Amino acid sequence: MREADLVVIGGGPAGMAAAVEAARNGVEKVIILERDHTLGGILPQCIHNGFGLHLFGEELTGPEYADKFIKQVEELNIDVKLNTMVLDITQSRIVTAVNSQDGLIKIKAGAIVLAMGCRERTRGALNIPGTRPSGIYTAGTAQRLVNIEGYMPGKKVVILGSGDIGLIMARRMTLEGAQVKMVCELMPYPGGLNRNIVQCLKDFDIPLRLGHTVVNIHGKARLEGVTIAKVDEKGKAIADTHEFVECDTLLLSVGLIPENEISRDASITIDDVTAGPVVNESAETSVPGIFACGNVVYVHDLVDNVTNNGYIAGRNAARYLKERAGDTVKANANILQVRPGQGVRCVIPQLVHGNCPEDVTLSFRVDGIYRDVMIEAKADNQVIKSVKKRITTPGEMESITLSREMLQSIESGKIEVCLSSLERKGD
Amino acid sequence: MSKNTELTCIVCPLGCKLSVLQGEDDSIIEISGHSCKRGLSYAQTECINPERVITTTVRIRGGQMPLVSVKTDKPIPKTLMMKCMKIINRIEVMVPVKVGDTILENILETGANLVATGNAT
Amino acid sequence: MVYDVLIIGAGVIGTLIARKLSFYDLNVCILEREADVAVGSSKANSGIVHAGYDAVPGTLKAILNVKGNILFDKVSKELDVPFKRIGSLVIAFTQSDKDKLQMLYQRGLENGVSDLEILNSNAEISHLEPNISSEAIGALYAPSAGITCPYELAVAAVENAVENGVELKLQTQVNDIKHINGLFHIETNRGTVLSKYVVNAAGLYSDNVAQMAGDHAFSIKPRKGEYMLLDKSQGEIVNKVIFQTPTPSGKGILVTPTVDGNLLIGPTALDIDDKEDFSTTAAGMNEVTQGALKSVPAINTRQVITSFAGLRAVPSTGDFIIEYSPSTKRFIHVAGIESPGLTAAPAIAEYVAQLLKGADLDFVNKKDSKSQRKSIVRFSEASDEEKMDLIKSNKLYGNVICRCETVTEAEIVESIRRPAGATNLDAVKRRTRSGMGRCQGGFCTPRIIEILSRELAIPMENTTKNDKDSLLLDRRTKEVE
Repeated sequence: MREADLVVIGGGPAGMAAAVEAARNGVEKVIILERDHTLGGILPQCIHNGFGLHLFGEELTGPEYADKFIKQVEELNIDVKLNTMVLDITQSRIVTAVNSQDGLIKIKAGAIVLAMGCRERTRGALNIPGTRPSGIYTAGTAQRLVNIEGYMPGKKVVILGSGDIGLIMARRMTLEGAQVKMVCELMPYPGGLNRNIVQCLKDFDIPLRLGHTVVNIHGKARLEGVTIAKVDEKGKAIADTHEFVECDTLLLSVGLIPENEISRDASITIDDVTAGPVVNESAETSVPGIFACGNVVYVHDLVDNVTNNGYIAGRNAARYLKERAGDTVKANANILQVRPGQGVRCVIPQLVHGNCPEDVTLSFRVDGIYRDVMIEAKADNQVIKSVKKRITTPGEMESITLSREMLQSIESGKIEVCLSSLERKGD
Repeated sequence: MSKNTELTCIVCPLGCKLSVLQGEDDSIIEISGHSCKRGLSYAQTECINPERVITTTVRIRGGQMPLVSVKTDKPIPKTLMMKCMKIINRIEVMVPVKVGDTILENILETGANLVATGNAT
Repeated sequence: MVYDVLIIGAGVIGTLIARKLSFYDLNVCILEREADVAVGSSKANSGIVHAGYDAVPGTLKAILNVKGNILFDKVSKELDVPFKRIGSLVIAFTQSDKDKLQMLYQRGLENGVSDLEILNSNAEISHLEPNISSEAIGALYAPSAGITCPYELAVAAVENAVENGVELKLQTQVNDIKHINGLFHIETNRGTVLSKYVVNAAGLYSDNVAQMAGDHAFSIKPRKGEYMLLDKSQGEIVNKVIFQTPTPSGKGILVTPTVDGNLLIGPTALDIDDKEDFSTTAAGMNEVTQGALKSVPAINTRQVITSFAGLRAVPSTGDFIIEYSPSTKRFIHVAGIESPGLTAAPAIAEYVAQLLKGADLDFVNKKDSKSQRKSIVRFSEASDEEKMDLIKSNKLYGNVICRCETVTEAEIVESIRRPAGATNLDAVKRRTRSGMGRCQGGFCTPRIIEILSRELAIPMENTTKNDKDSLLLDRRTKEVE
């Protein structure tokens, strides 16, 4: 059996950040296992810009952002195995992977960082009725076909879902000569950034149908059209609003789901709401020595935040390896449970050590569009920190930082992150 | 005849609704609805000379993969986007290509160069 | 070339008949209008091997159900296809249901199913199946029922048949049938085929085919059944096939584990007119969900990964039609094979062989014919040692293409290269399970398109999902002026 100090599963931005940070913090044998033929994760196909504004002060494209970290991986002499699929990990940190050159590989890891990212929600999971013709793709798969393989999935496109991936593909398909007829969005508000609404839809006169969804799919062999309908506040189609839209391609941008098959197989505790591992402020999962970062924990919007999350995992994996005291989850430590409250859908990390030596930033998403609200962190029946927000939406991850003094003083073992209305002082 | 344009500012998540009043010669008479200087400046550019960075791919010859990703290193006039795409689609580049390599200079006389954003071997 | 027997239809029935005939020195040919075998009713059904208490005693359905059930162990072993005898429960919620169960029990005895058991209380049911509704007051337990994979069975049968010399002509549609001087002239879109005997196993279209041969004795009407397939995390919520008490339209909504570990719920039963209507509907999905939750309230129906619809070929006569056509000599109908058709399939093959034996064909055992067929070795089911050996023998076993089901490039390539191999995405999927997992092909599809293009030596933009019009891609980027 091979051995490595740190095995990083996934060579995307999260994995690369964890690997380089661990190496910089003294970990000697770091190996990244990546299933694709290059490092970068999803970034090589994200050829649009908008990445790295926070971390590098410039707007980079996905491949450029990835390249910065690929160079760091090379400079630090971190081992990389490409075209390698991890099949299994155990609680005792044995990683089983496979590729055509080495065959079946088993590695005994001192520590593991899970950075497998996420997958896209499918038509099947949405259970859209109708036929099953060709021409239906998730937006990410279409993006891969267009930007990596170099093929257009179709000519006349309808996109379901106004999240950023759907918007970006609306522009991409149009630039490459397809006709994007409309983007339908179930919610009454768009899912992606305003900037993308302007630059991907408005620029090309592509209509955005808010409060609409696809209710039927037509076509025997290849897609021939979809029926769309208006929906009520509960998301149910309203009778008499059905409309047939002729198209040969349907792109679905209807949600991302952290890819945790491997995590579940190792009996790592999974949070049912995020669908990712429960982690603490050190990015550690319920299994000692197994860390998780990036979209596999919680779907992020900005890759800069994914990188920072990866740094936390890498740093703590390094600390874990140095200490080798078995468990960094010190048994007698005051572990605080972090819960979402009113207006908040989920928060990570879900656990924080009361005696954590650093400030802790909690990241969360709200469950609707709110204007003029207070983000509050509550503990021991009082608000311990609050931040004013003029606007907050589900499409942008928010954060609130708690100082270590604040954390140390919490007695009740629980922290809640919630929203409350600002008190307006007369107009 | 003056014209009034409604825009949504894209500079920050607030997404202020901007109103730009322009004169017959397109000169800006008044901008309202913005909450900050950046929004003001965005409104000005967007109304007079809207520009965009193009990000796309270009064909490769002799490489392991068929394409490499590229971008214009500066925004170009919005009105030239599709024309620009036509030109880019006719290009074929020989390997090797490195991030930052110039693929095409001064595309459509805009002063912007087309540069590689990925590597190709 | 004049064939001895021409089989129209390569569903599970036509392929098993072909396989049976391939053990003899006969020139056999199968004509199939679609781009792969098992694309009609054989592709979309419950996959159940029934015990045999449903069908009216004395009918072909009853006789062949019971015979077929017994044959399933042998045939599934020979063809190396999955078959699990997990048993079934028909659940009763009311006294009237319970009375029906008694009736089914008696029927079972008459049909030769001797190991049935009536359970009289919820406690007895929970003992076997803890997740059955607490409203269930009785059940009919049939230990001999089982589950299989209908299209894997058809693929295996046709591979075996083709290896033994049977010819398979895909994308060949029968347009007319003439009987001239004792020979059938079957006109297709690819020319005329000549044969002494014809076996009409054309499924939904067996009445159309019969009419071409001058026989208007029966009609086939499509009855749609919608299904939902749930994630493997729901796969162990029951361990047997769970039926509801049957009604005149059919066996009702069932809940069953599949041979691959998923949970299958459905089908609905709706008589329709269009033999090409395979669409699912919101109403259908709702009926499936409500029906399944009635039997097993603990199912998390939000864990759906896909849904589909199948069409049953319902005969106007009410029973299987397996006989020589009364109006056309040497023309055998194997029509109206609705439930329990899959169960009966191995027995139908033997029955049809017997019908042909009684005619003027020479049934000489073919030397060197094989009755065994091995399935593609599944990397996902191999032990660590076996995995290492597989990769040593074929590097492509080291390239995992379908992440969700752990299917490797070696298996995909083999599925294309085998006799009666896959020529499109769905065909690859049915033979290897790639694309059947949680991400429903999101990750593997571009890679499989590449492999199909390479193996079939066709441009990527010519690859299809199933039939020739179901193109997957439009064109290369940058090819438009």
